[in-house]
Amino acid sequence: METFLQQIINGLVQGSIYALVALGYTMVYGIMGLINFAHGEVVMIGTLVAITVIGGLMAAGVPAVVAGGTGVLAAVVVCMAIGWWLERVAYRPLRHAPRLTPLITAIGMSIVLQNVAMIVWGRNYRTFPSLIRSESFEVAGASFTTVQVMIVSVSTLMMAGLLLLIYRTKLGMAMRATAQNPQVASLMGVNIDRVIAAAFVVGSALGAVAGVMVGSYYEIAHYQMGSMLGLKAFTAAVLGGIGNIAGAVAGGVLLGIIEALGAGYIGDLTHGFLGSHYQDIFAFIVLIGVLMFRPSGLFGEKTGDRA
Amino acid sequence: MGLRVAYGGIQAVRGITFHVAEGEMVALIGANGAGKTSTLKAISRILDTAGGTVRFCDREITRLAPHRLVREGIALVPEGRGVFPRLSVAENLAMGAFVRSDTAEIDRDLDQVFGYFPRLKERAEQLAGTLSGGEQQMLAIGRALMSRPRLLLLDEPSMGLAPIMVQKIFEVIQAVARQGMTILLVEQNARLALEVSQRAYVMESGEITLAGEASQLLNDPRVREAYLGES
Repeated sequence: METFLQQIINGLVQGSIYALVALGYTMVYGIMGLINFAHGEVVMIGTLVAITVIGGLMAAGVPAVVAGGTGVLAAVVVCMAIGWWLERVAYRPLRHAPRLTPLITAIGMSIVLQNVAMIVWGRNYRTFPSLIRSESFEVAGASFTTVQVMIVSVSTLMMAGLLLLIYRTKLGMAMRATAQNPQVASLMGVNIDRVIAAAFVVGSALGAVAGVMVGSYYEIAHYQMGSMLGLKAFTAAVLGGIGNIAGAVAGGVLLGIIEALGAGYIGDLTHGFLGSHYQDIFAFIVLIGVLMFRPSGLFGEKTGDRA
Repeated sequence: MGLRVAYGGIQAVRGITFHVAEGEMVALIGANGAGKTSTLKAISRILDTAGGTVRFCDREITRLAPHRLVREGIALVPEGRGVFPRLSVAENLAMGAFVRSDTAEIDRDLDQVFGYFPRLKERAEQLAGTLSGGEQQMLAIGRALMSRPRLLLLDEPSMGLAPIMVQKIFEVIQAVARQGMTILLVEQNARLALEVSQRAYVMESGEITLAGEASQLLNDPRVREAYLGES
């Protein structure tokens, strides 16, 4: 029972990070039917930018709170710029190309971004500077830390903000209209190019925040960390029904919990044959299961024929 | 050189010339595949033209970006209505006023649309996708009016609707026309179109074959035979 509760807490934390990243996939897919496989790399760059900025500022004697805030801001700005640039340079010229073309381009851009990050930050693991003294709390035998509480609360805030943007603003309405019928949306005066760019920029901003969270949670970062994180967040988006905002949140949290429970019990289940470091397999079991039995996901409206 | 529209190598509109004067309701009639919808799509910039020009209020709009068109004052009610199914009726109407920021005037226009179509007011919070075909057509027309256009393009507003619904919708179209709206109506139901319009053009295989006063065309033997089902 203690393991169970503990793993639910861990899953919730990991899941809210997945959810934040999954929103980036689902927003872009919802509007233009493209799976932006480079999104995981945007998150990775967010983590590394934050490490550089926070590390540099703290070394210069800037207080941790200011350094942390500046680091998050820098990560958000850099990621938004990369998201905007990706759409402009890689995807917009392919707007009317066959579906496979932008998909392959996305994989290509992901490789490009990884290599750029390798050149800038090197091949070695970078440690995330510790900003706050993380304290441990205990409830019913399960423990959680200040960092974990912060991750869950910040993600919740970000998601609430995104929902407000999408359901309460004019830009959000234009985004939903464009997702449903881009041609008619442009007849209403919506500049489709701008709406698509906005989806990339907003998704990248969420990804940047997720990147900072991943960094401060695991306290370590690497130029290749984006691909696994991206794949899992993509799985979360598919699980919830890709293109569906609420689905991405639900899928992220659910995937985090499934993974955590899997990691917690895999030793018992296999009599010690497999350890908790095999936790990655659960995400992919989920992905394969969803694609086989419910390709539209939990909240998906219809099975799209999109690549 | 008239307006031409082509899909790949196939010409759907083969060089047509026509005009709509301010305050006029003009119909473009013809059989399925005659090129009527392609003509409207070219005017509303959904399709690129293969030749010729489109002028609106002394300004050439042939190469205008599609989203600029509504700012110029042109609104299209697309074939098949094109409502946003997962937006509410109210949001669909708000999308119609997307480029406007004169809140008070938008509210006035909204009241007017609700006056034309009380059904839309009753269903304001409902998702547009749950409306019947006729209600969706009302919504598409209402949405177009919300941009306060100077030219209203209607593409087959009667298509797929029950006669009683067609009658309701055409009553509103006529009421809008009486307010001084300039309307270009594309319609397969030739009799209906000729009854409500002042002038009309008949399209056949991408060309305009007949033009004139609607009342004259109603009595033209060629029109009667080919489009009104009489012999």
